[in-house]
Order: sequence, then structure tokens, then C-alpha cells
Amino acid sequence: MKCIVVDDECSARAIVTELCKNSPELQIIAEFPNAVEALKYLNQHSVDVIFLDIHMPFLTGIDFIQTLKNPPKVVFTTSDKDFAIAAYEYEFIVDYLVKPITPERFRKTLVKLKNAYQPVTANGDLGTEEGDGEDNLYINIDRRLIKLHLGEVLIVEAKGDYIEIKTTTTTYRVHATLKKIKEKLPESRFMQIHRSYIINFKKIIDIQDNSVLIERSVIPISRSHRPNLIQRLNLL
Amino acid sequence: MTELPNLNYIKEIAGGNEEFEKKFLAIIQSEFPKEKSDYLKYLEDGALEESAKVVHKIKHKFGILGLTEGYKTAVQYEEDLKGGNTVLMEEFSGILSAVEDFILKIT
Repeated sequence: MKCIVVDDECSARAIVTELCKNSPELQIIAEFPNAVEALKYLNQHSVDVIFLDIHMPFLTGIDFIQTLKNPPKVVFTTSDKDFAIAAYEYEFIVDYLVKPITPERFRKTLVKLKNAYQPVTANGDLGTEEGDGEDNLYINIDRRLIKLHLGEVLIVEAKGDYIEIKTTTTTYRVHATLKKIKEKLPESRFMQIHRSYIINFKKIIDIQDNSVLIERSVIPISRSHRPNLIQRLNLL
Repeated sequence: MTELPNLNYIKEIAGGNEEFEKKFLAIIQSEFPKEKSDYLKYLEDGALEESAKVVHKIKHKFGILGLTEGYKTAVQYEEDLKGGNTVLMEEFSGILSAVEDFILKIT
């Protein structure tokens, strides 16, 4: 597995690198002192695993993973236990290591990585139909099946017999019900906050009284859905 | 303070690799003084949120150097600083000095 280490502490990077050296399955191919440099690297290289710190200048580890379109497996390496629950909302996060990392604990991470790792197939596709299905949704528009990347979907709005799917670039009008699309969307990323709206939870910019802001859209939160939304927030 | 820094964790990670041990100690020797000086500067400027961020990094060093109680103090101090509380400042300074003395002695 090709790995990178992203941590602003040189000593922390050295420890992870040394631990990986003792595991022939893991190969550290690069190290970065901040997430911005790692992002630039990932634009041009593919990796299997990122060992990622959370508290870093410029861009935190949590913000960083939200920018990744096709995230590899991620192992958080941090001195902060507070983000553990939030971290596991992401299906690609394999483990959460609290520093200082012991070799014994790291061996457990290795087992988890081996279990989670699916190598890239010969034709370059990333995998199974099941895996593909989790990240994408096909919608039928004028007899064309259009592939939507779920990470780009912002809001789904019910409009009579139709739904409108707003993505970062386009809005699609599809003949379907909100109930039907809700069944197709992963709960880790999407939630209904009103009888007419499903939102991509990861795209919330802020929440004010009874509305959320997603990109430039203000979406109402119904009284019945509000507790569920509040429960899922990583509130300070 | 009765707890003293030690190299047990570093030796465990190194697993007999002396080259790594040496390299790692050199990293600590260069990283720690910078973090300490950042911490003191932020404290002097009254920038407690920023000083908490540095304490967050320093506490990792305490863990690396086997300071179990020192680590716990740093965890609490980091939280306190975020809330504007500096009660643990003296205790934390004592641990900083112990670490500084220790890393100056090691070669």
C-alpha cells in the first residue's frame, strides 16, 4: 500500500514513517508538513493510505478530507481524542490513532488497513459495483443515464411529482420522489431536514435558527427534523 | 515534580535501529526549543488560544519522553488555555524545564 504522512510535527512524521518501515505492506512515498502541500501532491499522484494529523495550520485534517473527491483510506494520527466520533462518519476512515502511537497499537491499524484495502484492478477502475454504487448515483434524464458523483450533490428538493437535484455545477430535474432517492443516498452524508428537502450534511456552511446555508441556498429545517440534525453536529 | 523524562518510547519505536534513534533525537532537539519559544511568546502576548495550539504539540513530546503525568497536565492546561485559564502555567513551566534539561544532555 502506497502511503503518505501529513503532519506539521516532524517528530510525528518520523514516528509514523519508522512504524511503517517495520510493516512490509506499507510503503511511505511522501511526507508533508501541511495539508495544502498534500493536496497538490494528490492532484497528480494516487495513494492508498493517508496518515493524517488533525490540528495543522492552514487546513485541518478534517477540512482536508472534505476536499478529497476520491479519498483513499485515511488513518488519523492525532493528540486529540475529541474528533474520534466525527471521524467515523466517513466510510474511508479506517482508524484513529492517538499520539504517541505505540507499535502494538499500530499493528492493529495494519490489520484494519489490510481488511479495508482493495487494490486497484488491472483496467484502473477502483473496484466493485458495490463500491462504485456508494459513491455515484445514476439518474434518468431524457432516456440518458447520467452519473452523479454523490460528493457533488448539495441539495435534493421535492417538486410535486419531480425532484430537483442541485449539484455544485448543475441542477437536474428527475421524475422521482424524495422518499425514493432518500433510500439511495448514504446516511453518512445525506439527511432529510424538511419534508421537501434532503441535504448533503457535509456541505453545510452554517445553521441559523430554523435554516441551513448550503453554498448560496438557504434551506428550511422543520421542527421534527431539527433534533436529528443537531444530534449529528460536532457541537462545541 | 518526581517524574523524569526517559527514552523508553523512542527505543521501543526504534527497535534497536540506532540510526533512527539518533535522527529522531536530533529532530526533538530542534523542534522542542522552537515550540517552547512559540509558547512563551504567545503567552507573553496574551494570545492564549494560540499558546493552547502549541501546548497541543508539546504534549506529544511529553508523551514521547515518557512523561505520563506531564502529558495529563498538558492536556488539562491546553483545555484551560482555550478558556482563558492559566492556573497550570507554573506546573507546566516546570515540566518544560525538565524536558529542556533532558534533551540538552542527550547526545
